[in-house]
Amino acid sequence: MEIFENFIDKNGLIVGFMVIGVLAFLSEVFSKKVLKGYLPGSAIAILAGLILAYFGGIITNGEKGLSDLPFLKGVGTFGGSMFRDFTIVATAMGASYLTMKKAGWLGLVSLLFGIVFFFVFGVALAWIWGIRDAASLCTIGAGSCTYIVGPVTGAALGASSDVIALSIAIGVLKAILVTILTPLLAKRVGLNNPAAAMAFGGLMGTNSGVSAGLAATDPALVPYGAVTATFYTGLGCLLCPSLFYLILGWVL
Amino acid sequence: MIIYGVAILAFSYLTGQLCGEYLGEFLGVKANVGGVGFAMIILLLCKEWLQKKGWLDVEFEKGVDFWNKMYIPVIIAMSASQNVKVAVSSGFLAVLVGMVPVVAAFFTLPYLIKLSQK
Repeated sequence: MEIFENFIDKNGLIVGFMVIGVLAFLSEVFSKKVLKGYLPGSAIAILAGLILAYFGGIITNGEKGLSDLPFLKGVGTFGGSMFRDFTIVATAMGASYLTMKKAGWLGLVSLLFGIVFFFVFGVALAWIWGIRDAASLCTIGAGSCTYIVGPVTGAALGASSDVIALSIAIGVLKAILVTILTPLLAKRVGLNNPAAAMAFGGLMGTNSGVSAGLAATDPALVPYGAVTATFYTGLGCLLCPSLFYLILGWVL
Repeated sequence: MIIYGVAILAFSYLTGQLCGEYLGEFLGVKANVGGVGFAMIILLLCKEWLQKKGWLDVEFEKGVDFWNKMYIPVIIAMSASQNVKVAVSSGFLAVLVGMVPVVAAFFTLPYLIKLSQK
């Protein structure tokens, strides 16, 4: 048994390749046979991944879903930010530089609009909930941008650790919901061309949600969504603890 | 050779991400600002330059294309390693703030797109 455990530990990433391959295959079969193609196989696989991550969290009490199980550590490496960003960059090969440039200003507008939109919405809901101190409100508003902006803002403003944890949970929930809703709502909201994908990336901003949602909708749109979404977290970390906090203090 | 494609991709990735790190540092933010975006633009420029020189061959493109197609599996692995448990067990305020703005944003998107067509 020890030999086997060491073996799996040494070859984690390769185990990850195999596990994800099997999961993708089963999802494809499920999509074709049971759902008759109503949802694409990739959307099912992403959804299945989220559900497995939930059980992984329950079993191990860890923070990284399925990959907290010792023999599935490689899934975490495979799905980590290095591989994610590397493959997103590779998708640019199929994108048109000209289209990106043409829709650039729309991307910029939706980026700024998206950050303000989520921040204001998050703060307003927390206010209605009864939270009144500016640092907590600001951290929660930042959390509704992404799960990185939340804790970065909270740490900068000295928010309490439970508020910071709350802001992370809000950001993760947002990413999950964007992942699930994008393939379902894409048609209805006109998300079917590169310019729309750039606006979408800027508006939603959550890197993992946008990239997973677009992958399940139409892989050709991924580079356009990613090129704007990549600025969102950074801009959020810049604006939330500074300008937005000042404005918030002034409003309160 | 396939490795040339992979190497150009790696070069674009590293240069872009590094730019993002430095931009973050410059802005005084503890995050990478736009690294992936810079990397994508660098890759596109590299591609155009190689095309002009006539050095872009099928093998080269295969090296990038493999990683392009690995994108969805990576996303599946990423979903499987999210902290879903904390997300669904953090109480009603988290659910409220995590979900309501997202749904609202989806229905704002058509107006944003319309704006761009004017």
